[in-house]
Amino acid sequence: MTTEIILQTIISGLLMGFIYALVAAGLSLIFGLMEIVNFAHGEFMMLSMYAAFWLYTFFGLDPLFAIPVCVALLFGLGVATHYGIIRHILDAPVMVQITATFGLAIFLRSLAQFLWSPDFRTIPDPIVAGRIEVMGIFIGVPQLVASFGCILAFAFLYLFINRTETGMALQATAQDREAASLMGIQPDRMYALGWGIGSACVAVAGVLLTSYYFIFPEVGVIFALIAYVAVAMGGFGSLIGALVAGVLIGLVEALGGLLIDPAYKYVIIFVMYLGIVLVRPKGLFGRY
Amino acid sequence: MAAPGVLTETPAETPDDPALAAARAEPLRAPPGRAQWILGGVVGAFLLAYPLVFDQPYQQHVLIMIFIYALMAQGWNVLAGYCGQISLGQAVFFGIGAYSAAFLFSNFGISPWLGMAVGVVVSMVVALLIGLPTFRLKGHYFAIATLVIGEIAQTVFINWEYVGGATGIWIPIEREAPWFAFQFHDSKLPYYYIGLGFLVLASLCVYWLTHSRSGLYFRAIREEPEAASSLGIDVTRYKLVAIMVSAAFTSVAGSLFTQYILVIDPETVFPLILSILVVLMTMLGGVGTLWGPIIGAAVLFPLSEATRIYFGGSGGAEDLMIYGALILLISIFYPRGLIGLVDKITGRGSHA
Amino acid sequence: MLEVANLTKRFGGLVANDDISFDVAEGEILGLIGPNGAGKSTLFDLIAGSQAPDEGDVRFEGRSLLGLRPDQINRLGIARTFQKLKPFEKMTVEENVMVGIMQHTANMSKARDHALETLNFVGLLEKRRAHAGTLSTGQRKRLELARAMATRPRLLLLDEVTGGVDQRSIPGLIALIERLRGAGLTLIVIEHNMQVLMSLADRVVALHLGAKIAQGTPEEIQADPRIIESYLGTAYA
Repeated sequence: MTTEIILQTIISGLLMGFIYALVAAGLSLIFGLMEIVNFAHGEFMMLSMYAAFWLYTFFGLDPLFAIPVCVALLFGLGVATHYGIIRHILDAPVMVQITATFGLAIFLRSLAQFLWSPDFRTIPDPIVAGRIEVMGIFIGVPQLVASFGCILAFAFLYLFINRTETGMALQATAQDREAASLMGIQPDRMYALGWGIGSACVAVAGVLLTSYYFIFPEVGVIFALIAYVAVAMGGFGSLIGALVAGVLIGLVEALGGLLIDPAYKYVIIFVMYLGIVLVRPKGLFGRY
Repeated sequence: MAAPGVLTETPAETPDDPALAAARAEPLRAPPGRAQWILGGVVGAFLLAYPLVFDQPYQQHVLIMIFIYALMAQGWNVLAGYCGQISLGQAVFFGIGAYSAAFLFSNFGISPWLGMAVGVVVSMVVALLIGLPTFRLKGHYFAIATLVIGEIAQTVFINWEYVGGATGIWIPIEREAPWFAFQFHDSKLPYYYIGLGFLVLASLCVYWLTHSRSGLYFRAIREEPEAASSLGIDVTRYKLVAIMVSAAFTSVAGSLFTQYILVIDPETVFPLILSILVVLMTMLGGVGTLWGPIIGAAVLFPLSEATRIYFGGSGGAEDLMIYGALILLISIFYPRGLIGLVDKITGRGSHA
Repeated sequence: MLEVANLTKRFGGLVANDDISFDVAEGEILGLIGPNGAGKSTLFDLIAGSQAPDEGDVRFEGRSLLGLRPDQINRLGIARTFQKLKPFEKMTVEENVMVGIMQHTANMSKARDHALETLNFVGLLEKRRAHAGTLSTGQRKRLELARAMATRPRLLLLDEVTGGVDQRSIPGLIALIERLRGAGLTLIVIEHNMQVLMSLADRVVALHLGAKIAQGTPEEIQADPRIIESYLGTAYA
C-alpha cells in the first residue's frame, strides 16, 4: 500500500464527497424549509441523468451543455411536485409525509425501469474525458470536472441563500412561516422555490455524473441514501453541515473501501452516521 | 391503588353526585354490537371452511401469503400505527425469523418450531438494540435510521458466507416427519391453519394490548410524546415494548415464510421492498386499527398477483409502479385507509 | 417543599434563566410574573425536567431533581401544565385524563373512575366522551389542568392557565385553583392576569430578562417600581 495509492484514494473520495455534498444540500434546503424529507430525491437525480442521456442520444448534446436544460427540467419537476403533492400534505402527520414522497420515489424508479428498461447506459464520448497526472497520482478528468462543477453550484447556492433578498425570504419562511407571511412573503411560493432549487441542485450533480457514471433506474437509490445520511449527520437545514458531511462520507467511503472491505464500504458509512447521530441527535450543525 | 387522592377531600363534592355516578356506571368501552358479532362470525366461519371448499393449491396459496403478510403488517401496525414510530426497516426482523428457522434446521437439524422461537428471541433482542439508541431520534430522523439499518442488515447477510451469503439457504426437503420439520408436502392445509392461527393469535394480542394501559400509553406517545412524558410515562420504555412486539410478530411471519417456500436468500427476505409493502398494506387498510393490516394484506396481495399475471412478470416494474402510485395517492387522499373510508361512509367517528 | 438554587440556562448567547433562587413552602401558592421572554416557562421546564440547567439545582422535599427525566419527576409528585396546549387530540377527554392516572394503577376501570372524578372536579364531566380535538380553548385549559391533576401531584406548576380564556370563565378557574389548594396542593402559577394573581397568590416572584428582580407579597410587588418598570419601561417607574 503505497502513499500514492492512499493519496489517490483520498483524492477520489474527496471528489466524490463534493458531489454528495451538493445532493445533500438540495435535500437539506427542502427540509430546512418545511421539515419534509424528500424520499424521492435520488429519483430526481436519476431522472436528470436519463434526461442528459436522451439529450445526448437524440441531439448529440454533451452533458456539459445539457446542464442548463436539465436544471430547468428538474426545477420544473420540483415545483410541480410541490404544487401537486406536497402542498396537500404540509400539515399531515409525519407518517403521511414520509409515505407520500416514498411512494413517489417507488413510482418514479419503476417508471424509469418500465420506460427505459433496467439496462445500464453510458455516455460513450463526452467532452470531458481522460486522465491527468499530478505527481504520480491519476485523476479522472470527468471526476474532476464533476466535482468542480458541484463545488461551484454549491457556492452559488450558498451565496443565493445568504446574500440575496430571495434567499433571505427563504430563510425567513424556514424559520417562521407565519411571521414571514405577515411580512409579505408568500410561503407557498417559497416552498415551491425551495423544491425547485433543491431539485435543480440534484440535477447538476446528476448530469455531471453522466460523463463517467452508469445510468440506470436504481442509480438514485444509493445517492439518496447517502444524501439522507449526510443531511442527518450534518444537521437538517444546514448547508455547511451538508458540505462537511458529504465530504466526510466521500472520504470514509473511499478509505473504507481501500483499507477494510469494498463490500462493506456503505456499512461503514452507515455505522459512522449512526454513531454521530446518536451522540448528537441534531447532527453536527443542525438546528432541528 | 395508591393512597386516596388529594381530590377526594374537596368539600364542594357531594358524595353521591348523580351525574358522576351515572358516568361511572357506563361501560368502559362499547361492547361489540350484534352486527359486529355476526360479521365476525361469518368471517371466521368463512376462513375456517375456505380451504375445504376451495381446494386448489393456488387458491390456498393466496390466502396463506395473505396471512403471512398480514402478520407482518400487524407487527408494523403496533409500532407505527399505535405507537407512532415510523419504521422503514421491518424487513430486518422478517429476515432474522427466516434465517433462524432455515439455518438451524439446515445446519443442525433443529426443528423449525424451535428455530422460530429462537428467531423471535433474537429479533426482540435486535429490536431492543436498535430501539435504545434510535428512539432518541424524532420523526424523519428515526425513519431514516431504520432505513439505514435495513440496508446494513441486507448487506451483512449478503456477505456472510457462514449463513449462505448471497445464495442463501436451501432447506433440505424432509418428508418423513412433517410436523417436526414443519414441512408439509402432501397438502397446504396445515400451512393454512397454522398461518391463520398465528394471525389470530397476533391480532388477539394486539386487541388486548391496545385495550390495556400500554395501548393508552402508546397512543399518548404517538400524539404528544412530550406531554406523555410530563404525565409520568417512560416514553422510551414503552417505545421499546412496541418495537419488541413488532419484531416478534414480524419474525414469526419470516419463519412461516421460510417453511412455506423452503428457500431463502438475502434479497428475498431483507429487501427494502418488503419494508415498503408492510407500510403500504397497513396504510391501505387503516393504520392504527385492528383490522387495517389484515384488510390491507387481503387487498394488496391479490392485487400484486393480478398485476404480475397481467403484465407477464417482465421484471416486476409494473406492480412496483402501482404500489408507488397507490402509496402516493393514499397518502394524499385517504391517509386513514379503507377503514377510514368505511367510517366516513357509515358516518362513524374516528376509530382508534 | 421546593428549593430553586442558582438556576441558570443559556441558549447559545441568550441567557434565559440567570442565577434564579427562591423557595416554595408547602401549601402556598407562589405567583411567577414577568413580561414575555422573562424566562418563566423555561424555569418550569427546568423544574419539571424537560430541559437541563447549565448551572444550579432544584430540590424537591430535600431531593435533587437534576438529571431526572420528566416522567420520573412527575412520579415524584410534581406536575405541570403547558402554555402551548398539547392535548391528545385523537383520544377522548376521559382517556386524556386516564393517561395521568395510570401511573398509579394498571386497572382500566379504576383509572376511568378516577378520571371521571377528576373531570367532575374541573367541570368537564359532560365532555368525557368527546375527542379532545373538539374542545374550546377554555375547555382545553381545564383538560390540561385535569390531566396534570390526575397524576396526583403534591406540587403543581400552572403555566398561564387563564391565557386566552374569556372573562366570564375566569372566576370559575380561580375558584377551582383555590379548591386545589384546599385539597392540599402546593402551586406555582405563571400569570399575566393581575386580577387572578392578586386573588390567588400568597407570594410572588418577579422575573425580568431571565433574572429574579423582586420577591414579596402581591401588595408589595404591585407597588414595587422595578416591576412596573419591567412591564412598562422606565418612563412609568
